[in-house]
Amino acid sequence: MSELASEPSVRRDLLTVRGVRKAFGELEVLRDISFDVPAGTVTTIIGPSGSGKTTVLRTLNALDRADAGVIGIGDVSVDFGAPVERATLARFRAQSGMVFQAHNLFPHKTVLQNVIEGPVIVQKRPKAEAIADARRLLDQVGLAEKADQYPYQLSGGQQQRVGIARALALKPKLMLFDEPTSALDPELVGDVLRVIKDLAAEGWTMVIVTHEIRFAQQVADQVLFIEAGVVLESGPPAQVLGAPSEARTRQFLQRILDPI
Amino acid sequence: MLVATVTKTIPLTAVSFVLGLVIALVVALARLSSIGPLSAVARVYISLIRGTPLLVQLFIVFYALPQIGLVIDPFPAAVLAFSLNVGGYAAEVIRAAILSIPKGQWEASETIGMGYATTLQRVILPQAARVAVPPLSNTLISLVKDTSLASTILVTELLRVAQLAAAPTFDFFALYGVAAVYYWVICLILSFAQNRLESRLERYVAR
Repeated sequence: MSELASEPSVRRDLLTVRGVRKAFGELEVLRDISFDVPAGTVTTIIGPSGSGKTTVLRTLNALDRADAGVIGIGDVSVDFGAPVERATLARFRAQSGMVFQAHNLFPHKTVLQNVIEGPVIVQKRPKAEAIADARRLLDQVGLAEKADQYPYQLSGGQQQRVGIARALALKPKLMLFDEPTSALDPELVGDVLRVIKDLAAEGWTMVIVTHEIRFAQQVADQVLFIEAGVVLESGPPAQVLGAPSEARTRQFLQRILDPI
Repeated sequence: MLVATVTKTIPLTAVSFVLGLVIALVVALARLSSIGPLSAVARVYISLIRGTPLLVQLFIVFYALPQIGLVIDPFPAAVLAFSLNVGGYAAEVIRAAILSIPKGQWEASETIGMGYATTLQRVILPQAARVAVPPLSNTLISLVKDTSLASTILVTELLRVAQLAAAPTFDFFALYGVAAVYYWVICLILSFAQNRLESRLERYVAR
């Protein structure tokens, strides 16, 4: 975070995506995705189910490897059309932290152990320092007193906030969220969204796949509407969500905001 | 008989089981591997072990291998045969246990930068252990009793000692009865240990 604060006020793109394609067997899921995310801004990705929005997010972390296209995060740029070296891929992955829809916490580890696992085991940071950091992060997401509990003892919203702390603990440059509230009971959604909003206010660069249109409106600097594997429309929320130019976008928003 | 139990039956079981688990883990990972030939070799191994009688495997190691110049003493021969056998059966248990762990656990480990071996060691196997303990306990308890087959290759384990004592006295009832009780007691202790281990591994699971 201090790194971000010390950056020049001119906005550089932290994330650049150019011509990303991805097919699963015969199924072409992404057909030429390109967009930029300036440092310190929030981009939300919306779109109908099956549009490829989650796959876009997963290619940013190479959980799904793009078949073609170039993705650059910070000073690591990878051309997925060519063979990628393991070390490069590891460096690329380390640029971003991922929060899953189903949180995927490690059930056999306590909340604190979940958060320090990456810093201690992967980044080889001193354990005491990692624990101090983890406690601060847990405090930040409102779960300081849950540090020694196991994931099953928490509510869905609390689990998701641990997931956020776990990703933050690795100090990535970019935070990725895959429908972070979709698996939650409605009354728990707010707690998670509040944490994400706080991160936005702190200057984190984030890409969020979401169905929460109102949240997208409040928190996003840029909204991408993805359909059938392409970015159909993109721009500030007021434009994409407020006055969409594409008929498909209008249709989609109407269906989400007024489902019946 | 107590001496034979302590010096032969129990060590034979313990060493074979531990070695067998190591073999099983390697075979299970090979079987799960995306490298075709590796997976095929593991498949054949499991099929051979499960498709032939343990007694035959024991005879091959002890009586047949010497014919091609590989002479092994009774005890190590028994350890070899039993661990290969446990390896074949437990491989399937471990494979199933690994497969029972949701894909999201692999993905989460990947996103925090863990490689395959670290993920396996720190995330997957600790969780798979919980799934694998009951069936592996079965394997272990079977093994305790299967070690009696080692009496056929001159290992002076529990049953062999009972046999030797019964031969001159014809006291079959008492001697084999006592042998049976010894096996049973070992298995009772193991069942108790299994329960303890299971509840320990269940501590992070919602009930």
